[in-house]
Amino acid sequence: MPHDLFREIARLVLYVVGLVAFGAFNAAYLSLLERKESAWFQRRRGPVEVGPFGLLQPVADGLKLLSKQLLVPRGADVLLFKLAPVAVITPAIMCLVVIPFSETIGARDFSLGLLMIYSFGAINVLATLLAGWASNNKYSSISAARVVAQNIAYEIPLLLIILALVMDTHTFNLREIVELQSGGFWQWNIFQISTSPLMPVAFLIYVICMLAETNRAPFDIVEAESELIAGAFTEYAGMSFGLFFIAEYVNVVVGSCIGTILFLGGWQCPFGLLPGLHWFLVKLYLFCFVVIWVRWTFPRTQFYGLLNLSWKILIPLSLIHLVVTAILVKLF
Amino acid sequence: MTIEGTTIHRETFVINLGPQHPATHGVLRIKLTMDGEYIVDAEPVIGYGHRMHEKMGENRSYTKFLPNTGRIDYACALSNGHAYVCAVERLAGILVPERAEFLRVITTELNRIASHLLWAGAFLVDLGGFTPLLYTFDDREAILDLLESVTGARLTFCYFRFGGVCNDIDEDFIEGTRRFIARMRSRMPMYHSLITHNVIFRGRCEGIGEIPAETCRRYGATGPVLRGSGVSYDVRKAEPYSAYPLFDFDVPVYHGGDCMARYLVRLDEIVESMRIIEQAIARLPEGPVMAEKVPRTLKPAEGRCYFNLESARGNFGVRLVSDGSDTAYRLKLRSPSFSNFSLFRECSRGSLLPDALALLGSLDLVIPEIDR
Amino acid sequence: MRAFGKYLKEIVTGSWSLLVGMWITLRQIPVRPVTVNYPYESLPMTNRFRGHVELIRNDETGEPNCVVCMACQKACPSNCIRVEGHKPEGAPHRIPTLFMLDFTTCSLCGLCVESCKFNALEFSREYNQASLSKEDYQMDLLQRGGKETH
Repeated sequence: MPHDLFREIARLVLYVVGLVAFGAFNAAYLSLLERKESAWFQRRRGPVEVGPFGLLQPVADGLKLLSKQLLVPRGADVLLFKLAPVAVITPAIMCLVVIPFSETIGARDFSLGLLMIYSFGAINVLATLLAGWASNNKYSSISAARVVAQNIAYEIPLLLIILALVMDTHTFNLREIVELQSGGFWQWNIFQISTSPLMPVAFLIYVICMLAETNRAPFDIVEAESELIAGAFTEYAGMSFGLFFIAEYVNVVVGSCIGTILFLGGWQCPFGLLPGLHWFLVKLYLFCFVVIWVRWTFPRTQFYGLLNLSWKILIPLSLIHLVVTAILVKLF
Repeated sequence: MTIEGTTIHRETFVINLGPQHPATHGVLRIKLTMDGEYIVDAEPVIGYGHRMHEKMGENRSYTKFLPNTGRIDYACALSNGHAYVCAVERLAGILVPERAEFLRVITTELNRIASHLLWAGAFLVDLGGFTPLLYTFDDREAILDLLESVTGARLTFCYFRFGGVCNDIDEDFIEGTRRFIARMRSRMPMYHSLITHNVIFRGRCEGIGEIPAETCRRYGATGPVLRGSGVSYDVRKAEPYSAYPLFDFDVPVYHGGDCMARYLVRLDEIVESMRIIEQAIARLPEGPVMAEKVPRTLKPAEGRCYFNLESARGNFGVRLVSDGSDTAYRLKLRSPSFSNFSLFRECSRGSLLPDALALLGSLDLVIPEIDR
Repeated sequence: MRAFGKYLKEIVTGSWSLLVGMWITLRQIPVRPVTVNYPYESLPMTNRFRGHVELIRNDETGEPNCVVCMACQKACPSNCIRVEGHKPEGAPHRIPTLFMLDFTTCSLCGLCVESCKFNALEFSREYNQASLSKEDYQMDLLQRGGKETH
């Protein structure tokens, strides 16, 4: 008994360290990927100085952020101000706990994994609101009000899509959802026309909602650089800004992980040969590439255009998808 | 039971679109009184960039003021120089040789294209799309290289002199200009499909920032702002100057009055400028580039003169009062950005903040030109 | 019904425009970058590029062509140039003993170069003018060797 307990504790510690390292490492190198990718689109080079091909640039950025003073503006609510970065990064890393990276790697095989991820996603809104409110800055308050409206509007179609998917898979457990997609790529949920002919459309809706939930362009009204300087994060300096920055990228990673697990087959190989962690990582980073590609191509949507898109286009489409899936699941 | 006579008191707050801001191109301060996300009032505070160019015009001789003209509006520096030089030439009775007129037109039109490309990139940055800026700057580099090979400068040109231009062009310049025009013509479809047809851009610009033609007339707005509201007024056609009567070009006019109309006017103006340059290069006459017998210290006759021309932003005017000495008695500069900006207060009332910023961006302001 | 058709059409054309835009940016990836890796590589300046002015020296004697006529000093709008000279015994014209250029106020307008009738001034092609001290910009043009080739 003590031997099992010892093994369990060791496994837990290993996973905690591993997940935090995975999250931080991914966030750091996603920021480099973003800078390099934006440079390729804009026909320039991106960071090349620090390290070969700029590979040590995130280290330099991290050192710079660590070396700055953490300022608290006058009149700010000190407790909430310091709590907000912590409140932003904790749910992001917690979501990584239930994600199965391959058949054997996964911190916790939780039967309600999908539900847990979206519960934590909702805390994200609260943390940004805290940051905007506690800054004692008019620009931050405006952006905090916007983030609430945006995130609420985009959680609804997201949850409707998830609901339709769960109707088909009959489980919230992420590992089982991936195992149901084994075989070739025609088994992946995105191509399951028999479940619902609107599956590819559901995937697109998922991508759009994920972009909006993680406040990535073209839905980055929250931190609209050209209007509100940095929005809710204007008053943060040094590593507290760094934590917001890291949390944004970890959210992108979590969203991409869920997208690959739900729709693209997780760790399954396209031809059913050699499933494993490598396929998961390939799909994850392709997803991140597309997320960054979308950011650097389009201008920002108008705020009411964003809400219109959600309430008038995405929600009706996802409701139709839900109804169609329900009918087909019942009949077959 | 009814409650009568209660009004909900909506609290407004004042926010400062401060002198340092990514979206106001230059040091411009606007005090916005906002009701939530809606603008109740937008009070501009200008003067942060006042450099006293008009006073310097009174203290320096006519020749010594020439470098100043390039700094008033740095994005379209040659137009400003052109206006000043033509005003003095009119007072002093100097005639400019034909080749110099053609060179002035070619370089000014190239500068106009460069200014519109700069505006297009910066406007997209205001809206949140950062990539088209780099594409327009890539095209702009070709123009700046051409102008550097002729004048020696890339942004603030001091190329025009009283009686002509200071340097002549060579075959490389003509060849380079032809190559640039061919390249730019092939890039225009790319800009249209990347930006103009993009549904997000159209949502940000169509129907936003409507300026009726009557408002333009009241505030004296000119240039693409006026032509985007349906009034076909271009100084190059209404009061032709320099070599423009010899060329065949159209004046693009759109009737929407919104940001999209102004954007389309400027993109079409790029194409029209290319037409003018092609015709000018094809018909470039031989001859001197500088009038003969222009005195070293110019002392124009006593009198007054007003000269206006079409710069990239609108109607740029120079009013010169001379008292017969070698410095001007009064030099007044009429900048188009000042008049274009003055209608912002009225037109932004009741709109959302991002819409007002789209309107501000589409007016194509250069703040140092407002403050002079 | 017509409104519904319009709604669907807008969704389709809107999505198509987004995909076209994404294809345009993707097309730029294999293209060679247009930027130059400064300061490891740099571009040559054109012949007429305006760097700070330099004295032109006579090919045979190595002495500057300047005859201290003060035309450049009078022509400069910003009072950057200070010239002093004297006429030694038996020399055909005056020679400069001091030729200071205050580059902090120079606006590279070219009026000095144009006003010189003795072919004594020309533009250099230097643009690497960053420095930590103001004294570096008080250029003594007599000491400098002439136009450096860049």
